[in-house]
Amino acid sequence: MTPDRSSRPAGDLISPAENTWCPGCGNFSIEHMMKSAVAELSEEEGIPIENFVLLGGIGCHGKLVDYLNVNSFYGIHGRSVPAATGIRLGNPDLKVICHVGDGDIYAEGLDHLIFAAKRNSDITVVVHDNRVYGLTTGQYTPTSPAGFKGRSTPGGITEHPLNPLEVMLAAGATHIARGYTKKIRHLKNLFKEAIMHRGFSFVDVLQICATYFNLTDYYNEHAYEMKVGEVDAGRFESALGKIREWDYDREAPIPLGTFYSVEKPIYEEKFQALMAGGPERRPLVRKVIEEWR
Amino acid sequence: MAEYSVLIGGKAGEGINTAGLSIAGLFSRLGYRTYMYFDYPSLIRGGHNFAIIRAADRAIGAHRTPVDVLLAFDQNSIDNHRESIHDGTTVVHDASAVVRGEGYGLPLDDIVKEEKAPPITKNSAMLGALARVAGIGREVLEDVLRGSVPAKHLEANLRVAGRGYDAVEGVFTVEPVDAPALPVLTGNEVAGLGLVHGGLESYVAYPMTPTSSILHFLANRAEDLSIGVIHPENEISVILMALGLGYAGKKTAVGTSGGGFCLMTEGLSLAGMSEIPVTIVMGQRPGPSTGIPTYTAQGDLHFVLNAGQGEFPRLVVAPGDLEETYVWSAAALMLSWKYQVPAIVLTDKTLGEGAYSFDLGAITPLPDRQPVLWDGAGEYRRYARTEDGVSPLAFPGRAGATIKASSYAHDEVGFTTEEPTETREVQEKMLRKEESLKAELATYPTVKTYGARDAGTTIVCWGSQKWVCIEAAERLGARVVHPLVLSPFPTRAWKEAMIGAGKVACVENNATGQFARLLRQQGFDPGRSVLKYDGRPFAVDELEARLTEVFT
Ligand SMILES: Cc1ncc(C[n+]2csc(CCOP(=O)(O)OP(=O)(O)O)c2C)c(N)n1
Ligand code: SF4
Repeated sequence: MTPDRSSRPAGDLISPAENTWCPGCGNFSIEHMMKSAVAELSEEEGIPIENFVLLGGIGCHGKLVDYLNVNSFYGIHGRSVPAATGIRLGNPDLKVICHVGDGDIYAEGLDHLIFAAKRNSDITVVVHDNRVYGLTTGQYTPTSPAGFKGRSTPGGITEHPLNPLEVMLAAGATHIARGYTKKIRHLKNLFKEAIMHRGFSFVDVLQICATYFNLTDYYNEHAYEMKVGEVDAGRFESALGKIREWDYDREAPIPLGTFYSVEKPIYEEKFQALMAGGPERRPLVRKVIEEWR
Repeated sequence: MAEYSVLIGGKAGEGINTAGLSIAGLFSRLGYRTYMYFDYPSLIRGGHNFAIIRAADRAIGAHRTPVDVLLAFDQNSIDNHRESIHDGTTVVHDASAVVRGEGYGLPLDDIVKEEKAPPITKNSAMLGALARVAGIGREVLEDVLRGSVPAKHLEANLRVAGRGYDAVEGVFTVEPVDAPALPVLTGNEVAGLGLVHGGLESYVAYPMTPTSSILHFLANRAEDLSIGVIHPENEISVILMALGLGYAGKKTAVGTSGGGFCLMTEGLSLAGMSEIPVTIVMGQRPGPSTGIPTYTAQGDLHFVLNAGQGEFPRLVVAPGDLEETYVWSAAALMLSWKYQVPAIVLTDKTLGEGAYSFDLGAITPLPDRQPVLWDGAGEYRRYARTEDGVSPLAFPGRAGATIKASSYAHDEVGFTTEEPTETREVQEKMLRKEESLKAELATYPTVKTYGARDAGTTIVCWGSQKWVCIEAAERLGARVVHPLVLSPFPTRAWKEAMIGAGKVACVENNATGQFARLLRQQGFDPGRSVLKYDGRPFAVDELEARLTEVFT
C-alpha cells in the first residue's frame, strides 16, 4: 500500500474517542467552534491541518484534545503554556493552541500565563472559563464570584475574582478577547482571529458548566457583542476601560469580542535564527575546544 | 611523579577563580595536567574564596592538602590554611592587606597605582610571582596572559605581572613536560559540549549553582554551536518547554540542581508517561532545601533514581571526570532519544565547577545512536506497541500523521484510556523499553575498574570521587570500581567487576551512604562506608588516612 502523503482535507476532525462531557456542557461549543476554526483556516489560509497543534491542561476542558483529530499534547495541570512555547520554538510553521481551564491556568499556571504574555510568545490560549473546577467536582476557582459556595468552601468564598483580561493586558498580551459558549458563531470568529494573530493571543471563554455552575441565565441577560468602534483595540487605555466594564463579580453588562490587538516582535524569532539550517554541530564543538586558550 | 600544588586565596570579588584558571594555564603551557578545586561561600563580595591548583605529569582529578606555593590576598588566606603550609611552602602575600605576613610581601596597592592599572590586575602580580618562584620563564607567563586577558587590558596586566615576577626569587624549577598543552575546562563546560556532540539543538535552564555555568557557557556560545538557549521563568517552565521542544522534534537538555529538580519532578513524570525525550544535567550540592549553595555533595542519588510519581524507566549516568562527562552527556542524549526516556546526567559541584585538563584527542566516543523514526507507512500511532517497547517517532507538521502525546494512560494512538488491558499494556511497554535500554547498555563500558585484579582490597565510589579514589588506591595498593550508569543498574557488569574484590570500602560525599544503599538494593555488599558530608570533597591525603583506618 502506498501511504497517502497528501495533507488531510479539512473536515472530519472529530476523533473516535468517546465523549464524556455532561449533557449541556459548554465545552461542546468550544470543541465544535475550534474544529470549524481549524478547518476554515486550513481552507482559507492554506494552513495544512498537520500544522495545528492543540494542547490540553488538566480538567474537563482538556479532553477536547482527545476529541479532535489534530496533533495534540495532553499536558499536566497548569503547564500547557510553557509546553506550547517550546513547541512553537521548535517549529515556526506550527499554529499552537492551548486549551486550558480557569483553575488550571489562573490558579496552578498563572506564572506561565503571565510570562508567555510578557514575552509575546506566538501561541494562542483559549480559557474554558466555567468559573468552577469541573473535573474535581465543584470547587471555586480564581474567577468564581465572591460568595461562591464550592465543595471546598461551603460557607462561600470571601475573596474576589481576578479579572483575567486585565491581568493579561497588564502582562503584555498583544491580543485579548472574550467569548461566550452560547454565541457560537461569534466564538468561532474570535478563535480564528486569535489563531491568526502573530504573537500572544488570549481568549477567555465564558463557559457554561451544566453540572456545577450553570450561569446560562445570568450570561444571557448580561452578555453582549461589542460593536465596531466600541473599543479602540489598538489603544491600551481604551481596552482597559472596556475590560473593566465587568469584573467577574458585580452585576454589569458583559462585553464580548476583541478588546485589544497590537503587533509586537515575537519571542521565538531570534531562537529560530540560531538553529537555522540544522548544521553539523560536531565540527563546531571541536572548533570551540581548539580555540580554547 | 612530578607534581605541584598552589593555593590562591582572597575575598569574593577579587577574581580568585579566574586567577586559579590562569595558574592552571601556566602549568598546562608546560605540558602538565592540571586540576583546580575552587571553594567559595554564597556571597558576592568579601568572605573567603580560595582555589587549589594541582599540576602533575600525568592525569589527576583531585587536590591535596599540602601546597608548594600559597598566594594570599588577605590574612584569612594564610590563617585558614595552616594545615596546607609545610617547611617547603613558599608564601607570597599582598603586603597592603596582610598584617601578619610571612614569605614574600608584595605591595600590591602601590604596584597597581604606580602602573596605573585596575585593582583586578593584582591577580597578575601574583601570577608573576608564582612564575618566578616556580622557575617558569617570563615568556611563558606572558603567553598565558595573552591567552586569557582581553586585548584592551593586556598591557596593564603584563606590566603588573612583571612587577610581581621581579619582586620575588626563584625557589624551585618546574621542568617542562614533553606533552601538548591541554585546555583547562570545567565539568559544566564539557557537559555542554558533550550534549552538543550528542546532537543537542536547544538548552533550557533557570540559574542554580552549580549548573548555572552550563547556561552561561552555552548562551555565550549559542551562535558558535548553532543552538537555541533559553532562560524562562522557573524550573517548571524549563522542563515543560524542553518537552514542548522535544515533542516538536528538537533535541533538548536542561540543567539544574536539587531544588530546581524538585520543581521538575512533575515534568519528569510527564516525560516518562508521554515518552518525550529530555536530558537533565543535575548538579548536586548539599541539601536539604537551600542547604550549602556553593558547596558539593552526592546527596541526591535516591531522589534522582526515584523522582516523579509512578513507575517509568529512566537513564541515570554519573560521569567521574571530563572525558566521561563528554562521552556520557552525549550518550545520555542519544539514548534518551532512542528509547524515548528521560536521561539524567548526575554531576555535582566538584565535577561541574572543578577545572581539569581536557584531552579531546584521547576520547573514544560511545556509539552514535539515532531516534527511531516513523517510515510513513499506514496510519501513524504515536504509541505503537512494538516488541522492544520503542514506538517510531514523527513530529507535528508531518503530512499524513496525527501526533498525539499524552500525560494520561493512553492507547496506541494516544487517546486517553482507563481500560484495564490498555493501562496494563502502557506500563508493560515502558518496562520493555527499560529492558531494551538495559540490553544495549550491556555493550557499553558501564562499570570501570582501576588497579590490579588481585589487589585484595577494593574501593567503590561514584561520580566525582573517581580520581581521588584512584590516587588513594595507588598508594594503598587497592582497586577502584566506578560505575558510569546508575539506572538501569548494570547488574552483570558490576558483578563481574567485583569478582575477588576482597575487603571493600564505599567512598561517598554524603551522610547516609546512598550508593551503598543502592548496591544493597541490587543485592551487592557495599563493604564499609567512608563518608564526607561537610560540603567539601575529599583531599587525596585525607582519603588515604580514612581508608587506611578501614583497610587495616
Ligand atoms: C498538580 C495537580 N493538582 C491537582 C490536580 C487535580 N485536578 C484535576 S482537574 C483540577 C481542576 C480543574 O479545574 P479547571 O481548570 O477549572 O477545569 P475544568 O475541569 O473546570 O474544565 C484539579 C485540581 C491535578 N491533576 N494535578
Ligand atoms: S462538570 Fe461541568 S465542565 Fe465538566 S463536563 Fe460536566 S458540565 Fe462540563
